[in-house]
Amino acid sequence: MAVREAEPVGSLSEVREAGLDREDLLGIYRNLLVTRAIEERGHILYKQGKIPGSFYTGRGNEASAVGVATAMGPNDVGTPLHRDMGVHVTRGVEPWRIFAQYMGREDGPTHGRDGNVHMADARLGMIAMVSHLPAMLPVAVGCALAFRIRQEKRVAVGWFGEGASARGDAHEAMNLAGVRQLPVVFICDNNQWAYSTPTHLGYAVEHLADRAAAYGFEGVVVDGTDVLAVYRETKNAIEKAREGGGPTLIESQTLRMEGHAVHDDAFYVPKELFEEWAKRDPIERYRTWLRENAELTDEEEDEIAGRVKKLLNDALARAEESPQPDPATLLEGVYATPEDLDTPHHK
Amino acid sequence: MAELTYLQAISDGLRSEMRRDDRVFVIGEDVGVYGGAFKVTLGFQEEFGSWRVIDSPLAETAIVGACTGAAMMGMRPVAEMQFADFVSCAWDHLVTVAAKQRFRAGTPVPIVVRLPSGGGFSGGPFHSQNPESSFAHIPGLKCVCPATPEDAKGLLISAIEDPNPVLFFEHKHLYRRIKGEVPEGRYTVPFGKARTHREGEDVSVITWGAMVYTADEAAKKLEAEGVSVEIVDLRTVMPWDREAVLASARKTSKVLVLHEDTRTGGFGAEIAATVAEEAFEDLDGPVKRIAAPDTPVPFSPVLEKAFIPQVDDVVAGLRELAAY
Repeated sequence: MAVREAEPVGSLSEVREAGLDREDLLGIYRNLLVTRAIEERGHILYKQGKIPGSFYTGRGNEASAVGVATAMGPNDVGTPLHRDMGVHVTRGVEPWRIFAQYMGREDGPTHGRDGNVHMADARLGMIAMVSHLPAMLPVAVGCALAFRIRQEKRVAVGWFGEGASARGDAHEAMNLAGVRQLPVVFICDNNQWAYSTPTHLGYAVEHLADRAAAYGFEGVVVDGTDVLAVYRETKNAIEKAREGGGPTLIESQTLRMEGHAVHDDAFYVPKELFEEWAKRDPIERYRTWLRENAELTDEEEDEIAGRVKKLLNDALARAEESPQPDPATLLEGVYATPEDLDTPHHK
Repeated sequence: MAELTYLQAISDGLRSEMRRDDRVFVIGEDVGVYGGAFKVTLGFQEEFGSWRVIDSPLAETAIVGACTGAAMMGMRPVAEMQFADFVSCAWDHLVTVAAKQRFRAGTPVPIVVRLPSGGGFSGGPFHSQNPESSFAHIPGLKCVCPATPEDAKGLLISAIEDPNPVLFFEHKHLYRRIKGEVPEGRYTVPFGKARTHREGEDVSVITWGAMVYTADEAAKKLEAEGVSVEIVDLRTVMPWDREAVLASARKTSKVLVLHEDTRTGGFGAEIAATVAEEAFEDLDGPVKRIAAPDTPVPFSPVLEKAFIPQVDDVVAGLRELAAY
């Protein structure tokens, strides 16, 4: 079972076949812009000293995150990581809550109990990541196991990076998923740098998707700067899983366009590599595609950009008003109560 | 009431919960066709099928990680570690993911991990440990250490019902050795409520798991010497029944903490410190600890006997305290 390298998406008719109408296409564009704008504003907040701890972005990974999330069904679940802001945006997390999260405020999804992108809205089918990558892969497999036991047509999506592919959790999760043919799709965000470690020091196969064959399922390599190709490949994988066809490993290739976190200037990444990938900016690529294939007009562009700007301005203002968490609540919530089980997930 | 072994009581509790609640499933190595290394789930796969009694690959990380995901999706997983020692391979999923998910992300993780633990039969360094103190130290986890068949069943049902990750330490040396009356039907034993195994006036022993029986034999010897020993069986070390321990300390004024785990940083240290802090004025002697020495669990029967606290060790400790 050789790994398949996905073709880029061409015409509008091909996109329609994949289930997207023009409204959807503009929605994807909007989500890409919101994703980048949140992280750009986050940078400013950080420099203003309003974000405690560190600050991580997914610049360069926006199309991959939005493409995958767009392919997920409303009842599907996932475990997005720190480069996957676009997943939260696409699933409908309000940007003001994300800013509140960055700043450790009460209205962030974790109410100041965890920081940066360690967050998720369970009501939107998302599970909050931990720092220990790829620990969320066995968790995603467990979600899929629950769906399989109950014979529900739901799918779990688990993310990991090429760096985390070296750890045992990735192997154990994929092996169990393969053995039991569980409804799970593995997304490897391969952004070429695990902090400062390049791919050739992280793994020895040509493509990480090659490993899928070892677990008895299909591997696909896709250009992570092509949002529509990511969407199409994920959609196919999710629907295959939903119909009992088992897992797929999708390796989405990008370049991490900034350092590991805000403190890191990525001096170890060759300048030429940044220059080369800057020409493949996923948002610019998609904007060009929309103009050439879907008649995106100047007016529409301005209108969308204006709405995004307003959304973000309002979000920042609202987040800054969010109170600090009350230290008197520190001891609360270490242990769950039976009432806590009354969530959409647990029902 | 029926007389069951400790092992049969665990099976009985698990089976009754699986019959009552189809969210409960079992996953582990060799738990299905083989019925588990100790046969706790013998016959379960025939009754509940291979999707509720799941033979997993040899992969503790995947087992506990998958339980966490399934629990978040509304299931009530019960994982079996073939031996408690192997839980080290699942540390991250208990400590990093499951324990912290409620606090930081608001998501409860109701899972039970069953841990055949303890020594006494030359299991050696990797099949004999009692790692409860490592996990009791982690906010967000609960640790259960039943001593009797009745408690084993009732505490297991409580563990499955509990909305948190629960580590259920089953002492292997009790599996077939200890029998007792076990109520039929469903009942729960609450967490954090100690059981007075034996009433006494002169010295208190605070202990749990298999050491309850070691303490009991020692208490009988002391009784012949005119020393009345009270034995408090904690049942659960997280949460632990501080009030019962302090009440017994105030009653007897002398406290011996006994556990099979190694001494330094063992859970006994927390109990001793609490008694010293909270009941200092009531004490007539130092709080004494008897525990295994700070070594890996040895293999040879002679060495293992020197490692695990024996009845004579407890007798000596009780005499020393009684003399104050």
